[in-house]
Amino acid sequence: MRIVILGCGRMGAHLAKLLTAGHHEVTVVDSDGAAFARLGMGFPGRLVVGNGIDEDVLRRAGIEQAEAFVAVTNWDNTNVMAAQVARDIFGVARVICRIYDPLQEAIYRELGLETICPTLWGVNRIQEILVR
Amino acid sequence: MYVIIVGGGKVGYYLTKSLLEAGHEVLVIEREPRKCAILTDELGANALQGDGCDVASMTEAGMSRAEVVVAVTGDDEDNLVACQVARHKFNVPRTIARINNPKNERIFRKLGIDVTVSSTELILSQIERVIPSESLVHLLTLRNVGISFVELTVPADSPALGRPLRELGIPDDCILPLVIRGGNEAIIPYGDTLLQRGDQVIAVTSEASEASLHRIIQG
Repeated sequence: MRIVILGCGRMGAHLAKLLTAGHHEVTVVDSDGAAFARLGMGFPGRLVVGNGIDEDVLRRAGIEQAEAFVAVTNWDNTNVMAAQVARDIFGVARVICRIYDPLQEAIYRELGLETICPTLWGVNRIQEILVR
Repeated sequence: MYVIIVGGGKVGYYLTKSLLEAGHEVLVIEREPRKCAILTDELGANALQGDGCDVASMTEAGMSRAEVVVAVTGDDEDNLVACQVARHKFNVPRTIARINNPKNERIFRKLGIDVTVSSTELILSQIERVIPSESLVHLLTLRNVGISFVELTVPADSPALGRPLRELGIPDDCILPLVIRGGNEAIIPYGDTLLQRGDQVIAVTSEASEASLHRIIQG
């Protein structure tokens, strides 16, 4: 599968390494070129430096051919906008968007985005451990 | 009218002041505490420190009774989210966003923002107006109906010289309400009007006929 990952933080980098190991064709986009160091030596995917809400940058990352787009920068609003651009402008079939703020996540889930909220997962899991 | 402004930079600040002077109820939300303290000094309770994309801050601001939300931060993604959350969570009837990258206009419109304002685009259109080679100048574009008000200056070698307007083959969806001669004489043109070199022709035209009009008058 051809996948574009926006944001090369801990989650983006780890995900990119796992997916390339599974023989997917991965392009990672980050506004900070230094972030690609997290991918380690010999990362087989493509790297693009640029602002992930800029159509031209996404085009350079090959979004027009991508089957999936994952937005995992540290900024909720960037993820939300990039995910909608991927879905509504470029028609990417599978779009996943990370949102830290649970209230915002609920709104965008209602609006039809496929969202994940690590904050809620963490909270639920910790609560489970504590009250077990 | 209750107007909430997201972003207390220069645009947000002057917008708030103008709307207050016009007698509206206005609240400006600014994220950065230091910037907000300066706003509070001058605007008092009309400034609120908080995140204009955050549901808690928006609730505190009384978002659900706002009639208009204007998002004017320097970041397009923040302006988009502020408007979308205002619309979908708080049912604000009208949302206006400032956009910094002119290419985002299409995206914002597609994502349901009512009005976008792009200062980059405005400045670009002003530059276009003073460049002499750009001889067809857009005065006003009504995008949703596909109509433009344009101005054309008649050049010395214009193919339209010496023939009355009715013989020029001007497209049907294009009308010429005004010709300015010598910079100060207004002429309401008819079919038998003859254009002269240096005339400024004001035309109302569909986007499709702009190119033919340009060819007819400016060659």
